[in-house]
Amino acid sequence: MAGGLHKPGPHESAHLHVTGSAKYVADDPGPQGTLFVLPVPSPIARGRIISMDLRSALAVDGVHCVLTVDDIPGDNIWGPILHNEPLLADGVVHYMGQAIAIVVAETEHSARCGAQRVELEFEEQTPIIGIESAIAANAFHTDPHIIERGDLEAAFESASMVIDGVVETPAQDHFYLETQAALAIPEENGGYTIRSSTQHPTEIQKVVAAALGIGAHHVVCEVPRLGGGFGGKESQASPYAAYAALAAARTGRPCRSWLHRGQDMAWTGKRHPFRTDYEAAFDENGMILGVIARLYSDGGWSLDLSGPVLDRALFHVDSSYFIPAIRVEGRVCSTNIPSNTAFRGFGGPQGMFVMEEILNRAADAMGVDSTELRRRNFYGEAPRDTAPYGQVIEANRLPQLVPQLMEESNYAARKRAIEQFNQTQQHVKRGIGFQPVKFGISFTASLLNQAGALVHVYTDGTVQINHGGTEMGQGLHTKMIAVAADTLGVKLDAVRLMTTATDKVPNTSATAASSGSDLNGAAVQGACLTILERLRPIAAQLLGDEAASTSVTFRDGCAWLGHESGVPFAKVATAAWAQQISLSSTGYYATPGIGYDPSIGRGRPFFYYAFGGAISEVEVNGLTGEYRVRRVDILHDVGNPLAPSIDVGQVEGGFVQGMGWLTCEAVLYSPQGRLLTHGPSTYKIPAAGDTPLELNVSLLRDADNPLVIGGSKAVGEPPFMLAISVISALRDAIRTFGKPGSIVELGMPATPEAVLRAIEHQRIESTAGMDKRHG
Amino acid sequence: MDHSIILNGKQVKVGDISPTMTVLEWLRQTGFTGTKEGCAEGDCGACTIGLLDQGPDGPTWRAICSCIMLVPQAFGRQIVTVEGLASDSGLHPAQQAMVDKLGSQCGYCTPGFVMSLFEATYRSDLDSHWKMDDQICGNLCRCTGYRPIREALYEIAGRQPTDRFSEALDALPEIPAVDYQRGDQRFVRPEKWGDLWTAMSDGPVRFVSGATDLGLDITQRFMAFPLLIDLGLLPGMREISPIADGWHIGAGVLLSDLEAWSETHSASLGKMLRFFASRQIKNRATVGGNLCNASPIGDLPPVMLALNAVAVIRSSGAERRQPFAPSGSDPGFWTAYRTTALQDGEVLAGIEISELHPSTYASTYKVSKRRELDISAVSSAFALRLDESGVVADLRIAFGGMAATPARALKTEAKLLGQPLSQSTIEEAIKTLKDDFSPIDDHRGTAWYRATVAANLLRGFFEEAQGGVRVTLPDRPTGTIFAEKN
Repeated sequence: MAGGLHKPGPHESAHLHVTGSAKYVADDPGPQGTLFVLPVPSPIARGRIISMDLRSALAVDGVHCVLTVDDIPGDNIWGPILHNEPLLADGVVHYMGQAIAIVVAETEHSARCGAQRVELEFEEQTPIIGIESAIAANAFHTDPHIIERGDLEAAFESASMVIDGVVETPAQDHFYLETQAALAIPEENGGYTIRSSTQHPTEIQKVVAAALGIGAHHVVCEVPRLGGGFGGKESQASPYAAYAALAAARTGRPCRSWLHRGQDMAWTGKRHPFRTDYEAAFDENGMILGVIARLYSDGGWSLDLSGPVLDRALFHVDSSYFIPAIRVEGRVCSTNIPSNTAFRGFGGPQGMFVMEEILNRAADAMGVDSTELRRRNFYGEAPRDTAPYGQVIEANRLPQLVPQLMEESNYAARKRAIEQFNQTQQHVKRGIGFQPVKFGISFTASLLNQAGALVHVYTDGTVQINHGGTEMGQGLHTKMIAVAADTLGVKLDAVRLMTTATDKVPNTSATAASSGSDLNGAAVQGACLTILERLRPIAAQLLGDEAASTSVTFRDGCAWLGHESGVPFAKVATAAWAQQISLSSTGYYATPGIGYDPSIGRGRPFFYYAFGGAISEVEVNGLTGEYRVRRVDILHDVGNPLAPSIDVGQVEGGFVQGMGWLTCEAVLYSPQGRLLTHGPSTYKIPAAGDTPLELNVSLLRDADNPLVIGGSKAVGEPPFMLAISVISALRDAIRTFGKPGSIVELGMPATPEAVLRAIEHQRIESTAGMDKRHG
Repeated sequence: MDHSIILNGKQVKVGDISPTMTVLEWLRQTGFTGTKEGCAEGDCGACTIGLLDQGPDGPTWRAICSCIMLVPQAFGRQIVTVEGLASDSGLHPAQQAMVDKLGSQCGYCTPGFVMSLFEATYRSDLDSHWKMDDQICGNLCRCTGYRPIREALYEIAGRQPTDRFSEALDALPEIPAVDYQRGDQRFVRPEKWGDLWTAMSDGPVRFVSGATDLGLDITQRFMAFPLLIDLGLLPGMREISPIADGWHIGAGVLLSDLEAWSETHSASLGKMLRFFASRQIKNRATVGGNLCNASPIGDLPPVMLALNAVAVIRSSGAERRQPFAPSGSDPGFWTAYRTTALQDGEVLAGIEISELHPSTYASTYKVSKRRELDISAVSSAFALRLDESGVVADLRIAFGGMAATPARALKTEAKLLGQPLSQSTIEEAIKTLKDDFSPIDDHRGTAWYRATVAANLLRGFFEEAQGGVRVTLPDRPTGTIFAEKN
């Protein structure tokens, strides 16, 4: 196996992926006699259930039973933070697709026939759809969370320019290729094994145990791998596992649930759309003096993870810029759509986009280059080094990273070439945009920053490792194998990574917040180090110098004293066993020194920040609004990468996913709350041909991060926001269709239609009215 | 009669299955779970498999979506899945390239990509960047951002190794006739026209060719069909042949084969086919299916209208010719929303396209939310001939997505016919477009967008026809990646 710590190499399951032998939850038909479980979805978005008649459903050939809220032996209510979501509707429905009952049948076909024959009567109410309707109806899940500092009144008084407006960012479907899936197998003596495609096995264990009214020790959740998660399986895998478990408990047979794409898209939550009202004050040099921003997110019908998503948005409104006076305030709206949930960036992209739009619009109004405006406003030396919530931006890499990116991407010369090109073209215009990224790393609920591991060494020198993280394509297992092999000094193929399971590593946090390798890596390393401590005296004996045990090192499959004499790891392990020394250890890690108090809006929510920068160039067709991303240059900070090629994959993949969010992916609900875009035929994620024609990705060199295992940094989420550069580039191109000085009005997502609208707006209203005030 | 499929080189008997079971369902039920379901509507490619088929130049491997191919369509045929590629000597080059270029992350889309790359391995015509994009545009990946997968494709495209898959191309695959009934559903694949007419007399028929549209009725709308008749095996259906002043194109010609043919025969048709569904869909979908589907947003219909094509309609003992375009009291081939001029007992046998007048300029344009593998907001095809004095002698303006049927802009055409082509006559004529069409709002585009784009496409076309610069966007992928440099 190629690779190893800090070395490029393939994904640990690459050979399984390409041969079709990598097994996912839904690939397992279950043991003989496994039944299929299908929720009965609410056909309306809001109302009361007046009657439910199950008789004709039960008469369908192959249907075993139909379970309703009355059939739940334990707790019908669950929820990742607030305990307030019914697994099965209890008289009231809050969104179209909400599970009212579950049909348990021999086959999927009979389950579907049964579900269609459940007769329901409702008293319908008008659903609340969209943020504006929720604000009008005063429908909120949360009270305002406020972060503020500085003298806003003075800032706006002294401003030479004030702009105000609205920034809206759209929803985004996760479109993990593998839809939600779970298999529940009853074991002897009242136990259950649950196989789930989840990012949060412990949550599955808890929800299943509570629903069945049994202790958590009776439930084991196993996660072989996920066909993509992106946050969509952090909380929302739980109901489907619970349905399978409830059916298994009722029938005594293994039961599985699995959603088709249309069901998955219609029934599960998405990235939160945000609407932000802002006012921003600038001085004559374009320096930001003050920002007031009121953020509203569409939480959907329940809170789910919307609270911390909103928090992270508020933490990232500053983006990479020092804002002396600021007040950001956020609330979660309550609407009648599926509960919006975690999605890569977790509110961060939505918060950052607010500030980036403010800067883009201010640059238009001032007639300055938006890249230049961004650079002027960067965080810098004290006192320009403190975030609005009071955390000092330590080890800021942007001062080093941005000049290097500008030079390597040949920014200045290309900017001039684009201007020349645009002067010679009527229908086609090009534009260029820059996006810096500063992204805070840690779960903002600080207690979640903990992880465990379990490592076994066998007497032949081979190793099994278990940790609490889930593998969903991000390469966590590849990194964990490399960490264990490097720590123990054995070959990669001497290490086997075991299926993630709650009976091996308990009480885990979700694999989320980009934290998987930081937290689990430290736990795996800790377990390995504990075992090595036990092995050192044994190795020293075998090497003939018992007194030198502290000098023993482990590398190349051997234990060493100095460079001359080595003894094979297997021999050391066997000797340890013979001396009745344990070859197994747990490991545990908790992030030190972080915490945040939302009541005062102050604290250190983040252990550290990850940084990055992107330059994007686009070409726009002024006749149709179609465009292509011609070139993207990315320089990203992953510290000293644990697995550089895996990290490059995260950077590129995150960038393209971010592009999808802002360009082609449009989630549409009807006024009745019906999802109109429920499959890839109507919901367009980027395809191969949409990706940048030229993509240059580099990882920042000599960027060791002493806070984290191996000097690395988290990489899952931060690159997502690099894609905002595409929007700045589009705006740059669109602007040239009109006269200078007008503010480009580009709606999100920037579909060809949105771009053509913005172009037409530029053509017609080349001197747009804007709110200018001179102080 | 035994019904079997040759799966990964082994003949596998198919037990009692519903005639509308998809190949994907059957594979997964049979234990071949390497092939994944990502959407069951042919739009993500996770279910891609290889099918040995007859190509225009002999036997060929095609990548197809197993999620919308019916099991009886595969009877007697050779298919290969991701599990069947590796051999004792190691991974197939398509698999190895995906490993080497780090083309998999979560791995769920990977089997589908591997099978699209498998087809590419044996293709000899992957000679341009757009064809490379086209080869994998039917496979969605949510993890990688595609760059490594594209590199894997470039690594193996056209490599044509000598192996058991290339050896399979030595003999023309036999595609047997089928008559399969289970329960109240029956699937018939006749090999003679006479058998077709007999089968059609047995009741209400739904015709099927590639099942790329019908498949969705089954997987998304769970419909059942008493009688399905597959037209793909009938003599002449898959042939393209010269006629007096043009060509006859069989209704069963696959879009991928039409695309290859049009490269050297019809630039405007070829341009449309370039952004026409994915490789997997084009490998199953047919000319006749796209035309008889009668969708107002189909992509071939505007081309038929602009090229003055004629439908060749056959019934038991008779054949008639119906121009696609309306003329006088004849409403043309598309008579109303999703309705054609085909009568009971009739099938579309083919189309006839005449050679363009040497001085005619024709072009096609398609605008959609996403460039590849998306349904049009507006699709269009235009043909223009000026006489020696620069006066418009012939003009055909056709749109999809602007009305309930694919339609010509007859009033706009009339405005320009006999006029000299100038900025002012063009702008004057474009104003008339709103009299020809009142487009609608939907999730693919608003009425405003459709109307604006239709006018702009026409502007662009006239500019192009008069020798102006063609407004196209570049398609060449390049780039450098840090990890590759190490």
